[in-house]
Amino acid sequence: MKYRYNRRKRTFLLLLLCVALLAAVAVSGVLLAQDAARTDFSIKNQMPSRAHLFGTDWMGRDMLSRTLTGLSMSIRIGLATAVVSAVVSLLLGSAAALSRRADHIVTYCIDLVMGVPHILLLILVSLACGKGLTGVVVGVTLTHWTSLARVLRGEILQLRSAPYIQVAAKLGQSKWAIARRHLLPHLLPQFLTGLVLQFPHAILHESSLTFLGFGLSPEQPAIGNILSEGMSYLTTGKWWLALFPGLALVITVALFAALGEGVRRLLDPATAHE
Amino acid sequence: METPVLEVEDLSISFTQYAHGAGRRELPVIKGLDLTIQPGEISAVVGSSGSGKSLLAHALLGLLPYNASCTGTIRYRGQPLTEKRSEQLRGKEIVLVPQSVNFLDPLMQVGPQLARGRKNRKEKIRAVLARYGLGRETEDLYPFELSGGMARRVLISSAVLEKPSLVIADEPTPGLDGPSAKRILGHFRELADEGAAVLFITHDLELALTAADRVAVFYAGVTVEECPAAGFGCQAHHPYTAALWRAMPGNGFTPIPGSQPYPGQEGKGCPFAPRCDRRTEGCTGAIPIRREGRNYIRCVREGVVP
Amino acid sequence: MKHRLGFALRKLLRMALLLLGVSLAAFLLMNASPLDPLQTNVGQAAMGSMSAEQIARLEAYWGAGTPPLERYLGWLGDVLHGDLGTSLYFRQPVAQVIGQRLTSSLWLMLAAWVLSGVLGLTLGILAGANRGKWPDKLVKGYCFVISSTPAFWLALLLMMIFSVWLGLLPTGLAVPIGVTADEVSLLDRVRHAILPALTLSLTGVANIALHTREKMADIMEQDYILFARARGESKASIVLRHGLRNVALPAITLQFGSISEIFGGSVLVEQVFSYPGLGQAAVTAGLGGDLPLLLGITVISAALVYLGNVAADLLYGAVDPRIRRGAAKR
Repeated sequence: MKYRYNRRKRTFLLLLLCVALLAAVAVSGVLLAQDAARTDFSIKNQMPSRAHLFGTDWMGRDMLSRTLTGLSMSIRIGLATAVVSAVVSLLLGSAAALSRRADHIVTYCIDLVMGVPHILLLILVSLACGKGLTGVVVGVTLTHWTSLARVLRGEILQLRSAPYIQVAAKLGQSKWAIARRHLLPHLLPQFLTGLVLQFPHAILHESSLTFLGFGLSPEQPAIGNILSEGMSYLTTGKWWLALFPGLALVITVALFAALGEGVRRLLDPATAHE
Repeated sequence: METPVLEVEDLSISFTQYAHGAGRRELPVIKGLDLTIQPGEISAVVGSSGSGKSLLAHALLGLLPYNASCTGTIRYRGQPLTEKRSEQLRGKEIVLVPQSVNFLDPLMQVGPQLARGRKNRKEKIRAVLARYGLGRETEDLYPFELSGGMARRVLISSAVLEKPSLVIADEPTPGLDGPSAKRILGHFRELADEGAAVLFITHDLELALTAADRVAVFYAGVTVEECPAAGFGCQAHHPYTAALWRAMPGNGFTPIPGSQPYPGQEGKGCPFAPRCDRRTEGCTGAIPIRREGRNYIRCVREGVVP
Repeated sequence: MKHRLGFALRKLLRMALLLLGVSLAAFLLMNASPLDPLQTNVGQAAMGSMSAEQIARLEAYWGAGTPPLERYLGWLGDVLHGDLGTSLYFRQPVAQVIGQRLTSSLWLMLAAWVLSGVLGLTLGILAGANRGKWPDKLVKGYCFVISSTPAFWLALLLMMIFSVWLGLLPTGLAVPIGVTADEVSLLDRVRHAILPALTLSLTGVANIALHTREKMADIMEQDYILFARARGESKASIVLRHGLRNVALPAITLQFGSISEIFGGSVLVEQVFSYPGLGQAAVTAGLGGDLPLLLGITVISAALVYLGNVAADLLYGAVDPRIRRGAAKR
């Protein structure tokens, strides 16, 4: 009895912890933005020390502040793109499920998007938007809506043919009533889970795109830019420039992934029992 | 008297299940099951679906899932059947004949499947298949290419490759027409005549009576009665058995009102009491077992003649 | 036979449709770009060394004068004649650049594809067959960490460890600096490809292992596994004889479906290791505004991904007896 109760509760606590940590990073990044940009050539290229936990770069900027600022930016962009792409998935997925013609178009679009390696599509979209923030948001949105749209489409199609929905329709319930009472409770968990599971991918792709030079402009302390700079100093032995920011990025993404996993476990009745 | 092949005493099986939100609980599925089978005998376990009969087969084979726990004693040829022992014996002395073709690997031909990865078995397999009227070409067929009757005979073949002394047949005939089912049941009789004990698990009382020597009736995880198949219906039975008898097409076709409780939702005392037309106050208390030789009835009354 | 032919024709038609869509979409995206290729440094430098005819053709594609659709049709017409255009950056025909880059990338991707496939399948089976036990937890943990790690950072990390700290392997390029192409020994090539291939494999494993694990766990719950156990087969025999056989089908789909992912990873990894492959060429083309090359790479990669899917379908049909024999009977 007790063990099980703790496990469910533990998942919930873990979720709270993830959210708290990520929120802390997001907020501290905003607060430290000034600090991250402050140059001090008297302390340039310092190894990690107590004063500068992540060390300093060739302009004497504190790498910890820079990393936090970059992560904060990534988190905000990740949130925005995940939400936008989830909404796009919902719209296109339900359109495909409800109209046959839309289904053909959406399926073809899914094939198109899945047919090209994501990173190439991201590069193309970023170029179309003239690089920068818009390119990242639009690109990540365009590449990420497919899987969730498919799931939602399948779910709606399955629900529509479910006997209890058809009985409800026969009993004279209005379309809206059916959608609200029978469809929504099924779709909402799927939608939320899909949304949260998009976060880690969105952040990974944003940082990759920026790293390659197609994302946020090089002046911005985005995590992709920090690592790209870190790479050019790697051979000269300044390992901390790439190691710690990268590690912090991995932890951030892992926290988001854990968040998604937790939400899925809480919402999905099949694994709620696991 | 000979040592029974199988003696099951007070066997209970329960599952650990996670309830919605609240927490975890033990879900008893089989409670206080008693059963004995002698060599050369076919013993049928009859119960409607959801009464836990398949679990009995899994318990005997040591194949219970990890979240099941099992109490009571099972003795095979007089010795306790521990999990380790059933692991050694299964497939050799204790064999299973499952219900359907789904129990065969869909991507493996019949021949290799019967060989179980061991070599030098060609002759033996050929002989066994031939015994059940299946030609050589059967060895090269995939399960999806077998007809219902053929699949059933392949499943039996796989069971009798070694000389088993306990055959557990879990619903071996559903989906077959009358004559085919009779033929399959005839194969079990042959096995019994060769000295094996057959445990025949089914939901069909009529079928059980035509095929078996003895019948154990299962209701909601409890064996309410064990009795010989001969003279069934003319002697005193448990009210549930009597109701089952009356529900048979030849005996009035009277359905039993209500439905079997789900595991974990039975009340105290006799699980059949809520549907019983003869229930008394005592039905919610401890239920005595009335024994007469190997036969018994688990009821507060003497039993009823249907 | 008729069935097969129809299948092949349908697949080819679909591929043509898809490539048409991909190239049109890519063309329009590039067309929408406010970055004018002919005005970028690369473009101007390139134009200096081109013939008047080449420049005229370039302007026909990318210049502002003609409407986009007309330009696209012009490009399409050339492609049908086997001309993918001229790369601005490399000043060579696009087909030639892609050919060179693809051969050097192919080894990399092939090694990673095979390694991640074998490793992913093994780990997935191991985890799925022991669900909830320590091998499962270990594999799941690994997959969790790896799927949270960007491929480019893993590449940096490996470079940091093996090249900078341990000094065992070179930091980049497919060949040592200052050596001409024909002097390069096979050993050198291999040494330079080890880290990129390793990075790609390590990242690729996660996805394949996780999916295989799920399928394997499913299979272990099936009735035929229960019956195999009831027949006295040992766990090892069950996993090898029945598990492997049944997980092979979804594994084929997974493995061929991973081509897109491996290609995507190679873009990042090649960039980090300055490995002169197709992925790096894509980045160079994108950054330099070399649109003909980028368009070519996009179309080729889409074709590769599609062919991978077709190969999976064909193999599936050949392996699954229900399809193989079912089709033969019909």
